[in-house]
Formats: sequence, structure tokens, C-alpha cells
Amino acid sequence: MDFPILTTIIAVPAFGALLTALMPKARTDLVRLIGIAFALATAALCIYLVIEFSTSPGSVAGFQFVSQHSWIKQWGISWHVGVDGISLFLVALTGVLFPLAFWGGDADASHDVKAYTAWLLLLEAGVLGTFLSLDLFLFFIMFEVTLVPMYFIIGGWGHGERVYAAIKFFLFTMAGSAFMLVGLLATVFLHEEATGVLTFDVTVIAADQAIAPTTTRWLFLAFAMAFAVKTPLFPLHTWLPDAHTNAPTAGSVILAGLLLKLGTYGFLRYGLYLFPNAADWWAPVFITLGVIGIIYGAICACMQRDLKRLIAYSSVAHLGFIVLGTFALTTQSISGGVLQMLNHGVSTGALFLLVGWIYERRHTREIAELKGLQKVAPIFAACFTVVMLSSLGLPGLNGFVGEFLVLIGSFLTARWWVVVAAIGVILAALYLLWAYQRVFHGQIDEPNRHFPELQLKEGLIMLPLLALIFFVGIYPKPLLDRIQPSVNSLIAHVEQHSNYRQPTVGTQVAGK
Amino acid sequence: VITVLAQLPFTGPTVDWFQLTPFFILIGGGLVLMLAAALFPGVWPRGSYAGFTFLLGTATLVVSFVQWHSVAHGHPKNLFDGALSVDGLSIFISIVISIAVILTALFLDDYLRREDIEGPEIYALMLMSAAGGIVMAWSSDLIVIFLGLETLSLALYVLAASHLRRIRSQEAGVKYFILGGFSSAFFLYGIALVYGATGSTNLDQIFTFLANTTLLDDGLLLAGFALLLVGFAFKVSAAPFHMWTPDVYEGSPTPVTGFMAAASKAAAFAALIRVFVVAFTNYKVDWRPMVFALALISLAVGSVLAIVQTNVKRMLAYSSIAHAGYILVGIEAVSARGTASALFYILAYSVMILGSFGVVMLVGRKGDASHSLDAYRGLSHTRPVLAFTFTVLLLAQAGVPFTAGFVAKFDVILAAVDAKSYTLGVLAMLAAVVAAFMYLRIVVSMYMSDPAATDAEPVRVPYAAGLGLTLALAFTVIVGFVPGAVLDFARDAVPVFASR
Repeated sequence: MDFPILTTIIAVPAFGALLTALMPKARTDLVRLIGIAFALATAALCIYLVIEFSTSPGSVAGFQFVSQHSWIKQWGISWHVGVDGISLFLVALTGVLFPLAFWGGDADASHDVKAYTAWLLLLEAGVLGTFLSLDLFLFFIMFEVTLVPMYFIIGGWGHGERVYAAIKFFLFTMAGSAFMLVGLLATVFLHEEATGVLTFDVTVIAADQAIAPTTTRWLFLAFAMAFAVKTPLFPLHTWLPDAHTNAPTAGSVILAGLLLKLGTYGFLRYGLYLFPNAADWWAPVFITLGVIGIIYGAICACMQRDLKRLIAYSSVAHLGFIVLGTFALTTQSISGGVLQMLNHGVSTGALFLLVGWIYERRHTREIAELKGLQKVAPIFAACFTVVMLSSLGLPGLNGFVGEFLVLIGSFLTARWWVVVAAIGVILAALYLLWAYQRVFHGQIDEPNRHFPELQLKEGLIMLPLLALIFFVGIYPKPLLDRIQPSVNSLIAHVEQHSNYRQPTVGTQVAGK
Repeated sequence: VITVLAQLPFTGPTVDWFQLTPFFILIGGGLVLMLAAALFPGVWPRGSYAGFTFLLGTATLVVSFVQWHSVAHGHPKNLFDGALSVDGLSIFISIVISIAVILTALFLDDYLRREDIEGPEIYALMLMSAAGGIVMAWSSDLIVIFLGLETLSLALYVLAASHLRRIRSQEAGVKYFILGGFSSAFFLYGIALVYGATGSTNLDQIFTFLANTTLLDDGLLLAGFALLLVGFAFKVSAAPFHMWTPDVYEGSPTPVTGFMAAASKAAAFAALIRVFVVAFTNYKVDWRPMVFALALISLAVGSVLAIVQTNVKRMLAYSSIAHAGYILVGIEAVSARGTASALFYILAYSVMILGSFGVVMLVGRKGDASHSLDAYRGLSHTRPVLAFTFTVLLLAQAGVPFTAGFVAKFDVILAAVDAKSYTLGVLAMLAAVVAAFMYLRIVVSMYMSDPAATDAEPVRVPYAAGLGLTLALAFTVIVGFVPGAVLDFARDAVPVFASR
């Protein structure tokens, strides 16, 4: 591949942001057009990337479309980007979700459309950069750069306690990154000390594994601080309900759909891949935290009176599953985790869009204020049903595939934790069905009688998400074919550098 | 007697006069400016003082670049028998100070017009002060450092009080003068003790002496270290010697505050590096903990106390204390990499703080008084470009990627981690989080609050100040994206290390 497609994928939205910033403020129509055009162009590039992603046995497991250019020579920093099966679908999800969120949430952009559009496009560039970078420095700045646009989007176009939520979000994440930065630099220097090469290249540091295993435990913890805040893991999750609830619709969609994945993706790429030995050592702690998150998030979700807050807490639970899968360290569990990242992005993104539209119509998200909406808006209710069922993991829809793989994979290495986590599945059904019941069923009252039906535009936005929900639910093979080889090579990498050996189902049965 | 003296063979030190050009430009220019203003008052159109100062600053900058090429690549020169040294560090700080002169001249012009002060003396004093700062950065003798320090400071005391109709400005001047006098006394006593312990005030000779001699009783020397460090810490406003900073920064005319924050800090840090990192390098075991404590306290005090302020000038004053902490983090590493990172930080910080105070100057409006957070409410509606500029400068100070401030913070933490100062690295980053809250408060006020419904005077952005802000913004962003050249520049400016 000569054409630097990954660099282009990052550059297109960044350029769009710049172009938007240069537009006259009064031309909101033009600004919207540019915003949607650049988001769609990025989406097209991302889909093209998925199509072009090679599945030939020789190249499927490694990084593809790699391009590397020296950037700051003094520090051994390069612009190094590449994509493998783990990041591929996250990139695709980013490409797909941004135009939908932008289009579906445009009612929030009631003022200063120009700045709103520019921040969104900049955010997209930052998210894509984080997923694609293979250089520690590049990763760190992309990870950090996502903070600023999100801060402005929550603070500028959010609801309620938006400024408080925005600052809390910013400071929590930045505090996590503080540890990561020091850990990151320590990694680079300790690697230099051991090998004599000053480099920020992830692939080189991961391949060399030159740092003493006991040291890497501390380094892993430094990185994990940042990812645990971002994911968020219990007990560092308290920024999330505030940020999700007060963000505008597009902000919530992107926050839940993509920004949280920066944390779980970070665990895979900069936890397991960079410090395989330490990841194995820490695994019980993170499995436990993940499972606590599953139960805690689910219980909190049951208690919420605000629809958006409910979905926010359900995210804590879902992300707990992904962390469980990641640290259970089996092919199935990690593949399930990666798939679940995609699924959660699709279904929670769709849920936030739907709730955003409810808010647009009724100017409330209080569950108690909504009643019997199914009578007046059956199509809307049907969409909500499918998305909700996907979120709670109904077989045949996408959520089931991911959750099932996580649970079955984790069962081999973390049996009792899985037993506890499975309760979370039941609780998910409880809070989601209960919320659905209260909002869409029941006797309709006067204020809800004029609830408008799903509009064409909204239907068009839902369509790709619903299609993904069914497609992944029924035929996940094309996705797993691309995810699993990379996951396998990741686990082989962990096995090579630690005492961990992946149990095979066969030997376990034979042993019993 | 005179004939006898004349017959004695006297060979004065040969002087490479060309190397002294920056002093000729700054001091000569300042004198010309004073004379012209005094002899022909009222003849000169407004703006000509600022224009002249701008030209002098630019000329110093150009000369510095010329010197850089002859000096930086391994040919440091000594002037006046080793009293001054012209090396990379000297030229680097000359460049920082001339940038400060240029930007301050651009901001001062509008400020003086608005406040209706004629003020040729302000420009002249600033040029003298700049010359003093350059002496301080160039000197390799403790006494000459003191001379530079006093030249720099005396001019600044007057500058701080130069807004004659603002009682705050008078107060700032007096406060700065009295506390500055104390710190100079400490510094001088420190010089005396070091002289007593080593037998010289020349830094090269002190280094040679300390490298070759084992002091059986080094109490005198260590006391000298402590006193010198107090003097420097006062000048760079590192906590706990920072008490004057918020009051003086708040009271001084805003462009002067910017100049003070940039030039005087740059000069004092240069001297600090020369004295401690280079000359006292063999005693680093003894003085490193002191610098560690200074850095830590500065970071904590600067970040935490900045949060509770409601006056933007005071906020920036506290944040400049925190910035001093970061530069000390780089110095604490006592390595070539650490020194380079401190120098890079000084340059980036100077530009950011000058730009920030430029915005504060504009928002201060007539009377230089509206500096509360409320004065910034809704600035994004009334002055979107100005608000954006300030946002970038503030986020850069907070250390957001793709700005010079990020590279600077990254660089000092890099040096700290390289020197295995992990604790300091983590604490410095956490301090950055706390400080970020303060910067965000200003941003919130500009972007997320409705304009204060008052009939406040609108904020004007004149051309000269606009140019200054554009330069500061361009530097901050461009260096944020491609820092390579400036990093090389800072690396080449590091003085030769004898011990590592």
C-alpha cells in the first residue's frame, strides 16, 4: 500500500475542522454542509479500510497499512500509524458513528454551529488518531487532544450542570493521564537503558520486552490509571454519569460510543501488548474491578429516574464486561471484548440518539414524566425495543454475541467471577425492560399524547445502526475472522513473555 | 602619580567589542530615546517611542542570531577576563529577552495611549532592564551577576510604579523595591560566603576549586548555596519566596507585568543554571534537595492558590509561580537534557505569558482595572478572535497537546524521568491537573457564561497589540506542531558540562 490511507483518515476530519473554523459565522448552512461532508468522507474512508483490510493468513494478524515518518528526531518520536484486527472495527465505528451523531444531534447545536462542528470534527480526528497510532508520544497527544473538544461540547452545548460536568470530565481524565505520561516516559527511558535505543515506537518496545518484569508492573499500573478513568472502572467512574447526562446528544453518543473505548482499547494495546507479563500479574485485580463494575453499574442503573443517567450507568456495566473479557486472557474472551466494544458503541449510541429525540420532543428525560409512548409512536417504540434488546444481549442481536463470547471465554480462566458477572446480564434485562415498560407502555396521559412519531431523518439515522445490530447478531463471522487472528497473536505474545498459558477446552475436560 | 602610573605596563583585557553589540543597542538606544524625548518634547508622533523600541528589540534579536552562529557550535568566548561569557546559554537568553522587549513594546504602545501616559521613560527603563537581564545571563562571575541583577531590578521597581495615577501601581513598586532589596541582601551575603569558602567569585575558578579540593568543613559553602538560592528563588518567584509576586503582578501596569514575568525570570534562571548546575555541579548532592523542595512547593502553591483567585492577573501570577516550579523540575535533573528542557520551557513560557498578559491588558480596559473573572464573561461573543487567542494561550499553559506549552511540560517531565525523579514527575503532572482547573475557569467565563449585562466599555484590539498577539499565538501553535528546530536550539544552548 503506497497511499497513506490511515494518515488521510486522521487528516480529513482535522482538515474539515480547520476549514469550518475559517468559514464565516453566519453561514450555518454551509458550516453544516462541510461538517457532514467531511464526516461522511471519513466514514467512506473507514469503510474502504475495512474492505481493503487483508485477511490472507500472512498479514491478517499484524499491523496493516503502516506508515512511519520521523517527527521529532531528538526524542525518537515518529508519526507511526497502523491498524490491526483489534483497532479495525473501532476505526470503522468511529467513522460511522460521527456523521450519525452529528446529523442526529443537530437540534442541540442551536447556537454557534460553526464552533460545534469544528469541535466535533477535531474530536473525530483525535479519536481516530488514538486508535491508529503506534507511537507512544503520538498516542498520548491524541488521547489528550480528545479532551479539549469534548470539554467544549459538554460545556458549551450541554444541559443542566454542563459546566460542572465538563470540568469534572476534563480533570478526572487529565489526572489519569498524569500517571500515564510519567509511566510512558519511564518506559521509554528504561527501554533505552536496556537496549540503547531511544524510541517511542510501540512495536519496538513491545517486541524487545527489555524492561524487568517487576518494573513493568508499576509501569502497567501507571498506564492503567489513565485507562481505568477513561473506561471507566469502578471506583473511578464518578465523572461518567454527570458527563453523559449533561452532554448534548451528539456528545453523549460519542462519549459512550467511542471515548470510553479509548480506555478498553488502551488496556489491550498498551497494557497487554506493551506489558504482557505485568498484565498477567495484574489480571485478577482488573477482573475483579470489571465484575464490580458490572454489578455496581447495573444496580445503579436500576435506581435511576433519568433515562440518560440510566444508560450512562448501563455503560459502566457493559464496559465491565469488556474489561473482564480483556483480562481473562483467552482468545474467545478478548475477541468477545473487542466485538463488545463495537456492539456497545452501536447500541448505546443508538439509545442515546433515541433518548435525545425524546428530550427534543418532550423536554424531559424523567422516566416518570413519560408514559404510553408506544400508542402514539409505534415505530419509535419498535426502534427503541430493538436497540434495547440488543443492549441487554438478546440472542440474534449483536449484544448477545459479544457478551456470550466474553462469558464463555472468561469461564475458562475466571470461573467464579463469570458466575457473578452473569447476574449482571439478568440485571441488565431488569433495568432496561423496566424502563421501557414505564416509558412506552401504560395509560397515555395528556402531555404525552402529542408525542410525534419517528421522522424520516431519524429513521435514516437509525437504519445503519439497526442493520449493524442485526448483521452482527446473526452473522458475526466476517468480523471475528478479522478480530481473532490479531487476538491470537496478542495472546501468543502474552504467553511468550509470561508464565501464563491459555487453557484449551480440550485439556480442561481431559483433566477433570 | 599619573606619570608613574602611565609608565607602568598595563595590559587591559582584550575585548571582542562586537560581542557587546546587544548592550550598545539596548543601552545606547535607551539613552537616545531619553535624550530625544527630553530635548524635543512633543515633536515625536505617538507611537514613535514604541516603534523605536521595537526596532531596538529586533536589532538585538538579529545580532543575537548572528552571534549564535559564531558562538554556539563549540566556540564560547570569554570577555573581560572571564567576567562575561558569550556562549549558547547567553545568546539563548538574549533572544528570549529581546522577544520580551519586542512584544512588550507592541503592547505598551496601546496601553500608554489608553491610559494617557506619554512615557518615553518607560521604554527607556525597559531597555535598561533588558540590558541588565542580559548581563545577568552572560556573567560568569558572582559579582557581575549581582550587577546585572541590580540593573534589571532597579529598572523594574520603577516600571512597576510607572502608572502614576493608579495607587495599586505605586504600592506594587514600593513592595517590589523593599522585598527585592531584602533578596538582594541575601544574595550578596551568599556571594560573600561562597567567596569565603572558595576564594573566588569567578565561576570557572569556583568550579575548578571545588573539583580539585575536598573541603573538610563545607558549612560556609552550604550556607552560601542556601542564601544564593534564596536570592534566585525570589527573582524567579519560586515558592516560598513568592509572596511579592501576586501583589506586584497585579499592581504593575499590565504590559510591564508581562515583561517582568518573562525577562526577569529568564535572566534569573540563566544565572541560576550557570551558578548551580554548572559551577556547583560537584556539590549537586547537597543542593539538589533544596531545588527539589523549591520546585515542589512552587508547583503546589502556584497551582492550588491560583484556583481560589477571582482576579485574572493574580491567577496568572500564581500560574507563573507554578511555571517556575516546572523549570526547576528541569533544573533539578542536573543533566544536559534537564538544562535543555528548562531552557525550552523558559522560551515557551515567556512567549505564552507575554501573550496572555497582552490579552489581559486589552480586557483591562481604561484604568487597567477590570481584571476580575467577570470582566471576561461572554468575551467569545463580543471578541471571538481575542477569546480564541486567549484560550489557546491558556490551554498551552495548561499543557494541552499541539502547543508549545505541551512540548515544554513534556520535555521537563522527560528530563525528570530520565534522571529517575519519578516522584517529581508525577507530582508535576498532578499539579498540571490542578492548574488546568484554573485555566478552564477563565475559558468557562469566556465561552460558557452569558455576557455580563453591563454597559461596560467594549474591548478594543488595536493593530500593534493585535500583531503582538498574532506573533505569540503563531509561535505557540507552530512550535507545538513542529518543535524539532526549537528543541535543537535549546539543546545547543546548554553550557558545557564538566561532570557528566
